[in-house]
This record gives sequence, structure tokens and C-alpha cells, in this order.
Amino acid sequence: MLKVEEQQPVQFSAALIEKSEEIVKRYPEGKQKSALLPILHEVQAELGWLSPNAMDKIAEFLSIEPIEVYEVASFYSMYFLKPQGKYVLEVCRTGPCCLVGAEKLMDHLQKSLGVKENEVTPDGLFSWRGVECLAACGYGPVLQIGPEYTFYENLNEQKVDDLIQDLRKK
Amino acid sequence: MARKLLLEHINVPDIHTFDVYRQKGGYRAVEKALKTLTPDEVVEEVKKSGLRGRGGAGFPTGMKWSFLAKPEGVARYLVCNADESEPGTFKDRYLMTHIPHALIEGMIVSSFALGAHTSYIYVRGEMMPQIRILERAIAEAKNAGFLGKNILGTGYDLELYVQPGGGAYICGEETALLESLEGKRGNPRIKPPFPAIAGLYGCPTVVNNVESIAATVPIINDGGDEYAKIGIGRSTGTKLISASGNLVRPGVYEIELGLPVEEFIYSDEWCGGIANGKRLKATVAGGSSVPVLPANLSLKLANGDPRLMSYESLSEGGFATGTMMGSGGFIAFDEDQCIVRNTWNFSRFYHHESCGQCSPCREGTGWMEKVLHRLEFGHGKMSDIDLLVDVSKKIEGNTICPLGDAAAWPVASAIRHFRDEFEWHVNEPVKSLDTNYGLANYAEPIAKAVSTEN
Repeated sequence: MLKVEEQQPVQFSAALIEKSEEIVKRYPEGKQKSALLPILHEVQAELGWLSPNAMDKIAEFLSIEPIEVYEVASFYSMYFLKPQGKYVLEVCRTGPCCLVGAEKLMDHLQKSLGVKENEVTPDGLFSWRGVECLAACGYGPVLQIGPEYTFYENLNEQKVDDLIQDLRKK
Repeated sequence: MARKLLLEHINVPDIHTFDVYRQKGGYRAVEKALKTLTPDEVVEEVKKSGLRGRGGAGFPTGMKWSFLAKPEGVARYLVCNADESEPGTFKDRYLMTHIPHALIEGMIVSSFALGAHTSYIYVRGEMMPQIRILERAIAEAKNAGFLGKNILGTGYDLELYVQPGGGAYICGEETALLESLEGKRGNPRIKPPFPAIAGLYGCPTVVNNVESIAATVPIINDGGDEYAKIGIGRSTGTKLISASGNLVRPGVYEIELGLPVEEFIYSDEWCGGIANGKRLKATVAGGSSVPVLPANLSLKLANGDPRLMSYESLSEGGFATGTMMGSGGFIAFDEDQCIVRNTWNFSRFYHHESCGQCSPCREGTGWMEKVLHRLEFGHGKMSDIDLLVDVSKKIEGNTICPLGDAAAWPVASAIRHFRDEFEWHVNEPVKSLDTNYGLANYAEPIAKAVSTEN
């Protein structure tokens, strides 16, 4: 849900603005709204989530109304409307992955990280959630970590623990 | 060995690079099409090939192309649907990861055939690694003169862009995809008008699946007639099958259409049988939306003949005893899997992914999920089973887009073929929490299974 009380000012980096300007050029004159989804990804990659202020800034950049940004950001599952852990572990929870142990893996993840789905660990490093089919059903269980969406396949409890350890060390 | 058209060079090191792909005969189709054929001749070859849309609907690609309106002075668009999200389907990810240039070559040939000068590949947002692979491949192709202005000196211009989605299954529906590409919520449009008349930005547009577009490359190289010789009946050519679930070797396989299902599951050339020495209980042959079949009907038609991996054979018997080819997402369930639990899982998926536009789907998917949840977790009533059938019937056919049907069919088919397992859950609420109904008679010879159903 939109957290409208968040009022921290946001600043887009020069690289982000340059990238956004390049994205807008992919579409015909006057159709710059098409750049909205890609730019939302870019902004989320830089800021970690999409605050109302960040979305207002995107609206201004694309010359569209803020509501046009809110309604899109809240429709798609990849956009975070509240702050997350630095690493969001997204585990596929759909049928084929469950046939090969995804549910057990999520139970294990909850135990290892000590937080429930969609909560952030006290050190701010991790959150996790089950997501719908990630189109890698033959290599399940799988999980991905944004903003690069690095992909991990054929997981088991040991591999997940190793992954968490590696991320902690980073 | 079966013929491979799309994955022939999959094991060649660095086949994802332009240079290696080119050495292996890549981009010949672009040279042939742009230099020796007219756009209409390319469309004609694709028509002759009998290629059917590989995204799920199975509509003939050449015919879809021929519907494209061509008003003077209006831009036309080709949009590739790479929003692969159907549970059980992961072939497009595989193709884009390993042979991105096959898709790009297909995009150039297809855009030329349709007279498009700007084309988009709409890739689901989660596939950021594949988006980076495609963008790199596009830059390579452009550098080599296969994209941009005046391609190969033929005067044909084409710009190709990759567009990320935002994480929504519904954007695999072509009009929702176009809405999303315009920067909006992925709500499917009311048809008509069809995209061929008014699609992206209101202009005539063709939307094709990744695999369909890649298939135009061998079709142009070898000719539509050659392509049509592969396969069986109206199921021509090769098809990528995504095999998942309890198989010895899950993965992506390119088959010649017409391969027996039994051979696909058990032969060492393909999936190598059911994992851990278990027995097959059920299959979903074409992605989560298509009807689930018990083992016996998966392998054989109701008359006892072998069932084949083709559009016709998989749908033989209608929904009473058949299923659909769909997107080729083949999921195998072993004897330890619970059909009720899996049906609940799929229902949760459709509830989560419903765009909320049509009441029957928005409310019905949530209702089915709730009822299935209580059946799975020991609070179900016997009347819930018929309630599910009733709700699924009221969703089916009553929505703007096919997501409603896709949500209804797995539930209806699970009850059609596995009603006794649902009843067992009601009768044994405690036992069903930690044990499974097992194989029961689902792998028995057909005659017995059919008579049990009656």
C-alpha cells in the first residue's frame, strides 16, 4: 500500500537521468509514457524502493500525472512501495517448484533469516517473499535477488544457507 | 536423433555471440529474405509452413500476419511476447539465454515481412539477465549492419528495442501486453478491434511468441514446404517442450511434433522417466492452464491408442478425456503428489494474477482458492466439490480475456478426473494433512478408469 507519510526528498543521480533520457528515445514522439515501466525499474535499482516522492519525480520527468505512476507501480508485483531489505530473496512458490521442494525451502528461509515473509531483518540486510512462477520450472526450486535479478537454480537448504553467508560477507 | 531446428547449435561454445552464431550459418535468413524475397513472399512461406503460434493459442502465424491492416502512412509494429509466465513453461527463457541471436534474426525477418520499422521485444521484468543478454546481442547485430538504417544496403530500416515488464502474468495476454508497453496497467482490452487493426499506439500490430518468431528463421532458410514436412498432420515443425516436475531429466527439449507422450517421458533421449523410481500419477501437458490428466489418459487416448505430442492428439477427446498443447509446459506428477494441493496452488496463482477487471474472474478465482484451501487443510465439506465446479463454470467464457478460462480449467479437470481424491480429503481431514491419496487407479488401463468415472 502507498505510504503517503514518507516525505524524504529524493535525488536522482546523473547516470539515472541520462539512462532515463535514453529510454524515452525508444518510443515515438509523444509516447514517452511507454518509458514508465523501465524507468520504475531503474529508479528502484538506485533507491531500493519507490517512495511517493520518487514516483512524483518520475511523473514530472515523463510529463504525466502522478496518479498514472502510482496506478502502474501498484499493479505490477516487482515494484516495492515500501522499504525492503538490501537483498530481497524472492522464491518461486508456484506448482512445479513445489513439486520439488519450494515450500520446505521457504520454511527453511524463514528459520534461517528469523523473519516472516515481507519483513526485514533487524540489520536491514534481508527480506524474503514467495513469488509466482519465475519461468524456470525445470530447475526448481529457484530464487532471484534484485536489482540485478541474479538467478539461483536447483536449490536446497545448504545452498541457501551458503548464499546468505556470502551476501552477509559482501 | 530427432531433427533440431532451433536448438541445433545449442551446445556450441559461445553460440550466444554474434560471431559464433554467424559462423554456424546465422543471419542467412535475413540475407535471403531482404535480398531475394518480397515481404509478401516471406508471409507466403510462413503460411506454407503451417507454423502455429507457440505461445499457447496455436493460431496459424501466417494467417495472423495476413490480417495485419496496411493503411497508407500509418506505422505498423511487431511486438515479441517474451512475457513467459505460464507455470510449467520456461522454453523462451532458455532460448533467449543461450541463442539470443535466433530471436533477433527472427525479429528482423518477421518485421520485414510485416513492414514494421520499429519492433519491440517485451520481456518479463524478472528476466533482467535475459534482457541484458538481448541488449548486448542487439548491439552486436547493429554493429554488423543487420539492424538500423539501410540493412545490408537493401534500403530496409529497422530499430529493435527490449522492453521490460513489471511482473504480471496477465501481460502475456496480447492486448494487456500492449497496454503495458504503453506504460499502463496490464488490463486486457475488449476485442474487437484486434491488434492487427488497432494495437500499439492504435496502430496495426502483430504480437508473436518468442518461439514462433525464432521458427521463421528455419522456415525462410529451408522453405515453408520443407518445414511442413516435419511433424504430423496440422501440427507441423518442431516444438520446444519445457519439462518439469518429478522427472529424471527435466529441462527444455526440441521435439518433432507427433512424438508419443510415453516416449517423451520415459525414453533416455528425453526425460528419462519418473525421478526416484516412482510411478507417474498425472500430467499437465501444456502449462498450468490446460486440463490435468491422470497417468492413463496422459499416455493413451480413450480408445487405447497412444497419445502423441501434437495439437490434435493432446486435445483428442475434448475436455472429457483430453487436454491441450498450450505453450508446451509439460509437468509430471509422481505418485506422492497431491492433486488437491496442486490445484489449490494453481488457484492461488490465478487469483494473484487476475487483473481484477472482470467480476467473474476477480471474485471467482479468490473464491476457488479459498474453497480449495479449506479442502486441502482439512476443513472441506462434500458440497465444496460441486461448488468448485459451479464457480469454475461461471468464470469460464464470461471474461474479457482467457485468464478466466485458464483459472477455471485446472480446477474443473482436477475434479473431473480426481474426484475421489477430493472426496478422500473431506472424509479424512486429519489423515490427509500428512499423507497422500497416492496413485489409486490413475495409472490403470483406460477401460477401467473410464468405467470408474461413469
